Amino acid sequence: MNGFPALEVEKRRTVPRWLQFIAPIISLVLALVAIGIIFQALGIDPLFAYEEIFNGAFGSSYGFSETVVKSIPLMLTGIGLTLAFRARFWNIGAEGQLLIGATCATGLALAFPDWPRWLIMPLMFIIGFIGGALWGIIPALLKARWRVDEVITSLMLVYIASNLVNYLVYGPWKGPEEMGFPYTSKFSEAAQLPRLSWTRIHYPTLIIGIVIAVVIYLLLTRTKWGYEIRVTGENPSAARYAGMSYLKTLLLVMIISGGLAGLAGVGEVAGIHFRLRYPEGISPGYGFTAIIVAWLARLNPIGAVLTSLLLGGLLVGGDAIQISLGLPGATIFVFNGTILLFVLGGDLFARYRIRVKSKTEG
Amino acid sequence: MQFILSALRAAIPAGTPLLFGTLGEVYTERSGVLNLGIEGMMIMGSVTAFGVAHTTGNVWLAILLAALAGGLLALLHAFASITLKVNQVVSGLAITMLGLGVSGMMGKRYIGQPLDAGFTAVDIPLLSDIPIFGPLLFQFDPLVYLAILLVPLLWFVLYRTRWGLSLRSVGESPATADALGVNVVAVRYGAVFFGGLLAGVGGAYLSVVYAPAWIEGMTAGAGWIVIALTIFAMWDPLRALLGAYLFGGVRVLQYRLQPLGISPNLLAMLPFIFTILVLVASAGEAMRRRIGAPAALMQPYTREER
Amino acid sequence: MSEEVIPVVSMRGIEKRFPGVLANDRVDFEVRPGEIHALLGENGAGKTTLMNILYGIYQPDGGEILIRGESVVIHSPREAIELGIGMVHQHFRLVTSHSVAENIVLGLPGNLFFPEQAAREKIEEFSDRYNLTVDPEARIWQLSAGEQQRVEIIKALYRGAEILIMDEPTSMLTPGEVEDLFTVLRRMANEGNTIIFISHKLDEVMAVSDRVTVLRQGRVEATLETAQTEKRELARLMVGREVLFRIEKNEIKLGEEVLRIEGLHALNDKGLPAISGVSLRIARGEILGIAGVAGNGQRELVETIAGLRPATGGHIFVSGHEITSRSPREIIEKDVCFVPGERLTALVPEMSVTENLILKTYRDQRFIRGLFFNTREINSHADDLIERYAVTTPTRDTPLKLLSGGNIQRVMLARETSGKPALLIAAHPTSGLDVGAIEYIWQLLLKERERGTAVLLVSEDLEEALTLSDRIAVIFEGELMGIVPSVDTDLEEIGLMMAGAHRLPVPEAGE
Repeated sequence: MNGFPALEVEKRRTVPRWLQFIAPIISLVLALVAIGIIFQALGIDPLFAYEEIFNGAFGSSYGFSETVVKSIPLMLTGIGLTLAFRARFWNIGAEGQLLIGATCATGLALAFPDWPRWLIMPLMFIIGFIGGALWGIIPALLKARWRVDEVITSLMLVYIASNLVNYLVYGPWKGPEEMGFPYTSKFSEAAQLPRLSWTRIHYPTLIIGIVIAVVIYLLLTRTKWGYEIRVTGENPSAARYAGMSYLKTLLLVMIISGGLAGLAGVGEVAGIHFRLRYPEGISPGYGFTAIIVAWLARLNPIGAVLTSLLLGGLLVGGDAIQISLGLPGATIFVFNGTILLFVLGGDLFARYRIRVKSKTEG
Repeated sequence: MQFILSALRAAIPAGTPLLFGTLGEVYTERSGVLNLGIEGMMIMGSVTAFGVAHTTGNVWLAILLAALAGGLLALLHAFASITLKVNQVVSGLAITMLGLGVSGMMGKRYIGQPLDAGFTAVDIPLLSDIPIFGPLLFQFDPLVYLAILLVPLLWFVLYRTRWGLSLRSVGESPATADALGVNVVAVRYGAVFFGGLLAGVGGAYLSVVYAPAWIEGMTAGAGWIVIALTIFAMWDPLRALLGAYLFGGVRVLQYRLQPLGISPNLLAMLPFIFTILVLVASAGEAMRRRIGAPAALMQPYTREER
Repeated sequence: MSEEVIPVVSMRGIEKRFPGVLANDRVDFEVRPGEIHALLGENGAGKTTLMNILYGIYQPDGGEILIRGESVVIHSPREAIELGIGMVHQHFRLVTSHSVAENIVLGLPGNLFFPEQAAREKIEEFSDRYNLTVDPEARIWQLSAGEQQRVEIIKALYRGAEILIMDEPTSMLTPGEVEDLFTVLRRMANEGNTIIFISHKLDEVMAVSDRVTVLRQGRVEATLETAQTEKRELARLMVGREVLFRIEKNEIKLGEEVLRIEGLHALNDKGLPAISGVSLRIARGEILGIAGVAGNGQRELVETIAGLRPATGGHIFVSGHEITSRSPREIIEKDVCFVPGERLTALVPEMSVTENLILKTYRDQRFIRGLFFNTREINSHADDLIERYAVTTPTRDTPLKLLSGGNIQRVMLARETSGKPALLIAAHPTSGLDVGAIEYIWQLLLKERERGTAVLLVSEDLEEALTLSDRIAVIFEGELMGIVPSVDTDLEEIGLMMAGAHRLPVPEAGE
C-alpha cells in the first residue's frame, strides 16, 4: 500500500549479555546529560559542576577515600535491597531500618561504656542487625497477613524512625557535654571502629560488606532459600502452588534486608560519628540512594559493590558542589531521581529492540 | 465544645492539601496507574506557588502554575509508566526524588522569605452568621471550598458520565475498553496528568496558604499519606473527603497535645503511625467487603499480546 | 468463488508473522452477505489471528482487505466497528464489576451524562427481536456465561454490526444454551446480518453454517458449501490426515480408594459459595472426569483439594489421611500432584526449564548438598525428564517462556507425573494445544491410570472427558448432579445435568 518505513518496537526473546552490561552505562551517561540540562535551566554551568563533582569524588586521594566511606552504607543497604527486590518486596524503608540499627548500637555503646572492644563491637553489630531486621519485618508481616501495601508501610516507618532518633537526641539521650547540639555523648574508645590510616574508612564494615555480597549472591543463586525467593518474586502463585510459605520467604528476605541496613547504621555511628546525631546527620538518605545502587546493579548483590562505589562518588561530588556552588542539600536528590529514571528506561531498551521496518508490498 | 469546634476548624485546612492530592490519586489509580510520585509533585507545586506568589503577588496565578508544575512532573511518570511501561513503583519513587531535589534547588532563595500575598477568607453568606458555628465552619479561604466542591463533582463525573465510565473501564479492563474504541493510552495520560495538577494545587496550598512559607522538604510525607488515603478511600471521592479531614485532625491533635508536655518529636510520629493503622484497617475492610484496587492497577497495557 | 454477489468481506493474501511463527500464510477468505460462514481449524491454525486482523486488533504483515467491495485498512477495533464489523471473543471482553448497560455503552460517543440510560430501550428492542433477554441493571459477574455472551452480542449490534465474528462461541455453553445461540444466529442471518463462526467442533459447523473455510497451519485448505460436504472430509482437511486418533483403554482392576471427598464446601474469590456439598471417591487406576460448563465450581474444587483454597465445610481424605484445608506443602507430601487449568499459576516463565522442573521437588535431600543445591544432580534429573517426556528445548537452561505451548505443558506433566503420584489432578490439561500434543497428553494420562494412579480430570471438552474417564461426575453451580459410568452414556442426560435440569438421586456413586 505504501512504502513508508515504520518504527517498530519488539520484545527481544533473550537479552544479549553485552547489552545487559552496556545498557546501565548508557543510561547513566544519558542521565548525566539530563541532569546537566536541569542544571543549565537553574542557571548553573553543568560542565563546571561535573568537573567539581569528579574532582571532589575521584580527583584526590582524600576525595576517593570519602567516596569509599560513603559507599560502605550504600553497599550494605543496597545488597539487602537486591534481595528484597528479587522477591518483589518493595522495601522503600531501608533508611528507617538503617536509623534503627544506628539507634540500637548507640544504646548499647552508651549503656556499657567500659566493656572491652572484643565484646562491645560484635554486640553492636549484632544488635544493630536485629534492630534493622525487626523494623524491616513489620511491613513484611503486614503484607503477608493482611496484604497491606509495603511501599507505604515501610516508608511510614522511616518517618517514625527518624522522629524516634530526633526524640532521643533532643531528649533522653542528649549528651551533657555536646553544647546543646542534638547529639548523644561520644562512644567509648572501645565502641569506635578502627579506621584505615588517615582516612575515615572504617574498614571492618567495608570487609563485612564485601563478604556479605558474596554470601548473598550464593544464597540467591545456589540455595533452596534463594530459589524460594526468586520463585516468589517472579510468580507468587507458583510459589504458593509449590508449597512455599509466603510469610516465611518475606520474613527471611526482610530480616536480611533490614538487618543489613541496620549494619550500615552501626557503621555510621561506630565508624564515622562515634555518637548518634539528628537523623540527617547520620544518613543523607543512604537508604533511598541504595535503591539506585540495587537497581543499577540489576539486582545482583556483587554488582551492588561496584555501583555503591559509583553512587558514593556522586554523594561526595554532590557535597563538593554544594559547597562550591552554594547548592542546597536536596541537590543530591536531583541526581538520584534522574539516574533512577534513566536506568529504568535503559532496562527497557535492553529488553526491546527498535528497528526500522519498511512495508514493501500492500 | 469550643475546643472540639476549633479543632474541627483547624482540621479542615490541615486536611485540604491531602484532599486535593487524594482526589487526584483516586482518578489516577482508577485509570490503572499507580503514581507514587505524588510527594514530588506536591513539593514542586509548593515551590512553584511560593515563587510565583512571592514574585508577582498574584496567588491565583501561583496556584495555576503550581498545578502545571505538578502536571508536568506527572506527565513524566505517565511517559515512563504508560509509554515505556517501566516499573511504576520505581518510576514514582524516582519522580519523588527528582521533585524533592529540583524544588530544593529552585527554592533556596525563598528560604526564610515572608509572603505578602495570600487569600482572604470567604464568608458564606447567612451560614457564617450563625453564632459560634458560623465563624468557625463557614469562613475559609477559597481553596478549601474548591476542594470541597470538587468532591461531589468528581464523584458525579466518575459514576454518572461517559468520561467516568471510560476511566473506570480502563482501570478495570483495558483490553475491553480498547476493543470498544476507548483510547486507553489517552485516558491514562489524562488521568495521571489530572492527578499531577491536583497534587500541585495541594502542594501550593501548603506553601501559600497553610504555612505560608517555603521550607525545603515541607511536604514532609504528605504525598505518601495521600497514597495511603487513596486506599482508605476505597478509590471513591466521597470517602477521600472523610479520610483527608481525619488526617487533618490528626495533624491538629499533634499540635494541640504539645502543651500537655509530650515531646513534639513523639507527637510528630502520630500521622505516620495512624497511616499504618488506617492501612491495616482498610485492608481488613477490603477483605471483608471484597473490594479491591482497580483490577488493572500497575499493569501496563500492550495490545498485541499472544 | 461466486461472482454474482459482491462478498461482504474479502481478505486477500493475508500474512501475519509472530516471533517464530507464521500465523497466517497468504490467506484468502471471502464471506457473502447474509450467510453463516464457519471458520474451521485446530487450535493454532490461525483462525483467531485472521479474525483479529479483520477486527483491527492486529495489523497484517501483508495482504488486502475489502469490505463490501471497497479496499480498507483497519487500524483499530474502532475502525472495524465503523465498518459494521463486530466481534464476540472467546473470553468475553466485559468489565465484570460494571453493569450490563454500562458495558454496552462503553466507548460510544454521545451524551456525556448518564450514558447508560440511553441503552435501556435499545436493549429491550434487541431482546424482542432476536430473543436476547438480559437485565440491563445486572452486574456482569452475576451472569451466567450464556447471558454474558448475549451481552456481547447486544454490544456488537448496538454498535451497528452487520458482520458479526463469533470466536469459539460454544466453548462456555451447555448443550441447551448452544441450541439457543444457534437460534439467535439463524434469526440474525435471516435479517440480513453476516456471521463468521470460528470453531474447531465439526458437529457445530455442520449444524449451523452455510459455508465453511478450513484453515490448517495458517493456510486455507478449502472453502466449501456445508451442505455438500461431510464431517469426514472436514476432519481430514482440518488435521491433514484421514483418521482422528483412537484411544485404546485397557480394562483396569480398581485398587483401593485414594481420594474420598465428603460434603465439601468452599467459596469463590468473591466470597460466594462455589462448592456445595460435593462428595466423591476415586480409586487406584481410575479416571474420574468432572464435566460441566466452565465456571460451575471446577476451579474451586481442584484448588480446595490442592490446599490452595480453604474448605468451609466437609472433609477430604487422601490414602486415608485427612488433608482438608492443610497447607499445599503437606498435601504435596501426600503425593498429590496438580496440573492446574491456569498454567501460569504453576510455572515460572522467566526461569529455566530446569528450575521449573524442580519446582515441586527442590526440597528433596538428593538435590541438596550441605547448604547448597546439588547442581549436578539437579541437571541430570532435568536431562532425564527432558528426554523421557520428549520436551523440545534448545537447552535445559532456556527460559521456559521461549518454549511452545505443547512443550510447556510437557514440562508441567513431566514434573507432576514423574514422581509417581497417588492422586493426579489434571484440569484442562489439553486446552489450547495442537493435536499432536493432545494425543501425547491423553496417552500419558492413560499410562498413569494403568500405573495405578487415581486421576481427577476436569475438562470443558465433553468428548475428552468421555474418552478418558471411567466415570463422569457432572457439576452444576458447585453441586454434583450425578456420577455416571462413561461407557453407554446418554449424552442427552449429561447435557441436562450440565444445565442443572436433571439430578440423579444418589450423587455418591462410589464402589
